[in-house]
Amino acid sequence: MRIDLEARPKRSTLREILSPVAALIVAIAIGGVAVAIMGRSTLTAFDVYFVEPLSQFYSLQAIAVKASPLILIAVGLAFCYRANLWNIGAEGQFIAGGALGGWLGLVTHDGAYQAIGGWWILPAMMLLGIIGGALYAMVPAVLRVWLNVSEILTSLMLVYVAQLCLDWLVRGPWKDPHGFNFPVTVNFDPEATLPILFEGGTLHLGVLFAPIVVIVAAIIFAKTIFGFQVRLAGSSPKAARFGGFDDKRIALAAFAISGGLAGLAGVAEVSGKIGQVLTTISPGYGFSAIIVAFLGRLSPVGIFIGGLVLAITFVGGEDAQIALQLPGDLTLAFQGVLLICVLAADVLARYRLRVRLGGAS
Amino acid sequence: MAQSDATNEGHGAATPLLAVRNITKRFGTFTANDHVNLDLAQGEVHALLGENGAGKSTLVKMLYGILAPTEGEILWMGAPIRLPNPNAARALGIGMVFQHFSLFENLTVAENIALVMPSSQKLDDVPDKIAEISRAYGMGLEPSRPVWTLSAGERQRIEIARCLLQDPKVLILDEPTSVLTPQEAEKLFETLERLKAEGRALLYISHHLEEVQRLCDRATILRLGKMVGTCNPRVETPRSLAALMVGSEIKEIRPAGAHELGPERLIVANLSLPSPELHGVALKNVSASVKGGEIFGVAGVAGNGQSEFFAALSGETLARSPNAIVIDGSPVGTFGIGARRALNAGFVPEERNGHAAAPDFTLSDNIVLSGHASGGMTRAGFINAALAKEKSRNVIASFDVRAAAPDPLARTLSGGNLQKFVVGREILRGPSVLVINQPTWGVDVAAAATIRQALLDLCAKGAAVLIISQDLDELFEICDRIAVIHTGELSAPLPARSTTREEVGLLMAGMGGADHAH
Amino acid sequence: MTFDPQQLQDVLVIVVTAATPLLIAAVGELVAERSGVLNLGVEGMMIVGAATGFAAAYSTDSTLVGVAAGIIAGMILAGIFAFLTLGLATNQVASGLALTILGRGVANLIGAGFVGLKRTAAPHLYIPGLSDIPLVGKLVFGEDFFVYFALILTGATAYWLMRTRSGLTLRAIGDNHSSGHSLGVPVRRIRLLAVLFGGACAGLAGSYLSLAYTPFWSPDMTAGRGWIALALVVFASWRPWRAFAGALLFGGVTVLQLVFQTWGVPIAPQFLASLPYLTTIAVLVVLSIRDIRGAAAPASLGISFIPDR
Repeated sequence: MRIDLEARPKRSTLREILSPVAALIVAIAIGGVAVAIMGRSTLTAFDVYFVEPLSQFYSLQAIAVKASPLILIAVGLAFCYRANLWNIGAEGQFIAGGALGGWLGLVTHDGAYQAIGGWWILPAMMLLGIIGGALYAMVPAVLRVWLNVSEILTSLMLVYVAQLCLDWLVRGPWKDPHGFNFPVTVNFDPEATLPILFEGGTLHLGVLFAPIVVIVAAIIFAKTIFGFQVRLAGSSPKAARFGGFDDKRIALAAFAISGGLAGLAGVAEVSGKIGQVLTTISPGYGFSAIIVAFLGRLSPVGIFIGGLVLAITFVGGEDAQIALQLPGDLTLAFQGVLLICVLAADVLARYRLRVRLGGAS
Repeated sequence: MAQSDATNEGHGAATPLLAVRNITKRFGTFTANDHVNLDLAQGEVHALLGENGAGKSTLVKMLYGILAPTEGEILWMGAPIRLPNPNAARALGIGMVFQHFSLFENLTVAENIALVMPSSQKLDDVPDKIAEISRAYGMGLEPSRPVWTLSAGERQRIEIARCLLQDPKVLILDEPTSVLTPQEAEKLFETLERLKAEGRALLYISHHLEEVQRLCDRATILRLGKMVGTCNPRVETPRSLAALMVGSEIKEIRPAGAHELGPERLIVANLSLPSPELHGVALKNVSASVKGGEIFGVAGVAGNGQSEFFAALSGETLARSPNAIVIDGSPVGTFGIGARRALNAGFVPEERNGHAAAPDFTLSDNIVLSGHASGGMTRAGFINAALAKEKSRNVIASFDVRAAAPDPLARTLSGGNLQKFVVGREILRGPSVLVINQPTWGVDVAAAATIRQALLDLCAKGAAVLIISQDLDELFEICDRIAVIHTGELSAPLPARSTTREEVGLLMAGMGGADHAH
Repeated sequence: MTFDPQQLQDVLVIVVTAATPLLIAAVGELVAERSGVLNLGVEGMMIVGAATGFAAAYSTDSTLVGVAAGIIAGMILAGIFAFLTLGLATNQVASGLALTILGRGVANLIGAGFVGLKRTAAPHLYIPGLSDIPLVGKLVFGEDFFVYFALILTGATAYWLMRTRSGLTLRAIGDNHSSGHSLGVPVRRIRLLAVLFGGACAGLAGSYLSLAYTPFWSPDMTAGRGWIALALVVFASWRPWRAFAGALLFGGVTVLQLVFQTWGVPIAPQFLASLPYLTTIAVLVVLSIRDIRGAAAPASLGISFIPDR
């Protein structure tokens, strides 16, 4: 059997918008088959995964709270991936931001350093989160730019390092002395906690970061010379150098933005959702955001929608664990299938596929 | 046009060795070959003539089994055959020497050749076989050398040896002289004459008409994928052959006319740079100066440091000392391309797609690419898209760029049209210094004429123009002085009007006057 | 602290055991990369191999069946990757990431019912007399059969790559797929086989973890070993025997934490656990300082190939 790809003569915006949708439908179909094999009703599972989360106010809030870090990280990743830099360590940058920002929440615990009031703590925490994530992303960026070390491997290795460091911090120096030896820190003061948007809900202020970042990023990509440089550096690096753009600076900036947004997501998670620092602060947002970035075709608006879709599968997956006793890892597997479908659909939007039997090349 | 029956009979073969009947090849909506016919007799050298994009390479790729015809048939000694892959073609006795070489840089000569030997051939015996054929044809191949260390001429000899080891009946050569010095080409012709005498049939692709007249018994001419006809090139003139190829009389280029040379606008002084890439060329003590109103040509065989020289001139690679490169009196050796553009220098690199232009960007975006720092193209970090579109329309109109849409993606343009766009983009900025690498490489004749004319007009306005080109005809046509680059060294410039091709050819082969004497 | 030579042998045996899965996975990936395909999904193929291998071995009570199942599982994942990157010419980096994410999920699904179960470890070689030689007997003649297989695999791969015609063809298309295509080399078919071989090796390496190294299944038990194997290929400059040396180095680093712990060195276990990852980064940095232009990498590594026809 041989597969031939024939470039489509024209690009179609409609086809490019529909291709992730088609991928999602195919992935859901594959998931349905898997559920059936596990002996559950496909229709019920679909209902639990994709319909129920959208029909209850409580779970809609949960979706927003989960989508927000995914979107923040994925928009940052879009800067890297557009520039053809493979930062796959957003999970580590998320942790670094959460840890550095969370540190301020810990040291200001119980009114410490709040003689001038607590108004400065939250902005400073967010800033520290961004700085923490960006600095952590600078390690693979600098190694890549000056020593040509593969950023793929270094950024990924640093995820494990970040996880282990956080584990050490929370079990060691940061442990709550009155916490009955549980590996947790003290709870943040209200001044260090992102406020809830309305009484009785779970939506915190950090949820608003995502739409703001999406709008700003969309403008940067479409209208500014910096966005132009990032796109150009990824699409034709030689042309970018010919244009007089400094590819090293672009790479460092893309990594800084990517790490900074992941760090912001991390500190928002710690300060808004968790309220203290734990040994584990992410259910794999940094990796799922890679799927979100591709599902959104690396465009900020697409990522916004993609982030919501993936958040639904997270929330639906939690519900399915309870309602159908489906294993939680089904969600992870589904996300993998989804990414594969998205990548395949993206090709089919640009090429026509011809399959012939016999012959190979 | 003379019909070819007479020459055909001259070879006395009733059935041609290899024949093509009504062959058509389509890529999507594009027809690369449209009902082409061709006969190839034993012991003949048959030329396949045509402009860039006429469909010559497509046709021979079908004869070698790389592409499959959409319609029509290929006959081998009168019987229709199918060639599912190049192995099938080789098994019949068809060999091919590729224009851009089908070699593996990081493998040795022996490994490159062993790859296509039949599987009965023991790997350990290959070096001996190579030594044998290398002696027989005077090729001087060293089996254990990695290919990346070899010159273009040596690489071509590997390709030829690889074919000859399989004792082919038909040998296809795709633009074999395009990367050779005149002297190396001479050596190639001797080998080809010998192969012809051995009774092999040669299909010779070229657009160098003198070569074809000298070497070939018959010529088949393609234009825009269609066959124009077959003729005896020896009874035609280069002019009539060219007219057949292009389909119309060729536009004469108006010479720049008498004008005063201005002050030195571009000076290169003792420029030395290590090779930026693994298999690149280091520049050694390069010096040159170009006056306003002058066109300075840099000749040389591909891969002798042309792209490295261009990168040093453009500022994509920085020199160690500011004085190594001086533009209009400003030492800029350590300045980037942006600063050099700000001094009103313009640059056109060799590669259109991916270097001069970003293929997946629109033409107006490609205006921003090289013009973002000048003329209010950006304000506070935001791009003035309307201005970019306007400038793009200007280039399209002034340089007759044919495109399917008002602001298409660069990659949708044909080679000639994209080249007119990237040259026009720089020329319309009115540069005082223009550096251009391979201005008409792979471009159709009409577009090449437009570009050369624009360069002459620019220099008539007082600009200094430096052209790097492999095409000696082009350099002799428009340059005032010609220097030759060889293994990263630049010769002293020679006045174009009082220099012969042979002199330049010797320099291209690395044999300067002094070496030539003994 | 007294030095006991017998203890040294025990440590070395653990080093070899820790090095084996890295070596097997790295040799497989090395062959795929030599053909020009960068498969970042090693971690995913490995973890699926570990889960499938343990599940099959536990269910049939046969280590061999487990190993076979692990290999097949790795190949199935590699097949998906090959379909994407060779058939559809998708981006190899993104596809490799997808494979890793998918592999983690699928492995945890397969292994869900086997968490906490234990098998006896895969058998070790025992040659009476030889295996009992003090100081070296256990190290040389008493390893489990995976170790010997890994060595044979490395040697065979090295010979095959450099000394045979098919090995030459594989290296050639890794250097320049367009040239290979114009000479009639079936580029995509060879790459498919190379990717499948890589998948088989990753699956085998995974099943080694769950059948011989631990021997039980636990989620995420590969702990980045697939990624370290990828770094090993770079470390080895795409040469099998150097991968062997690199695997021993990384095996040694892994074991270092056990040694430190038994010796009671006062370093937080988290820092010891992060040593392999930090070593990986350090090794990559040292390599790139030594060889800043990446000379050894196959020239068409990671570049999609779409043939015309």
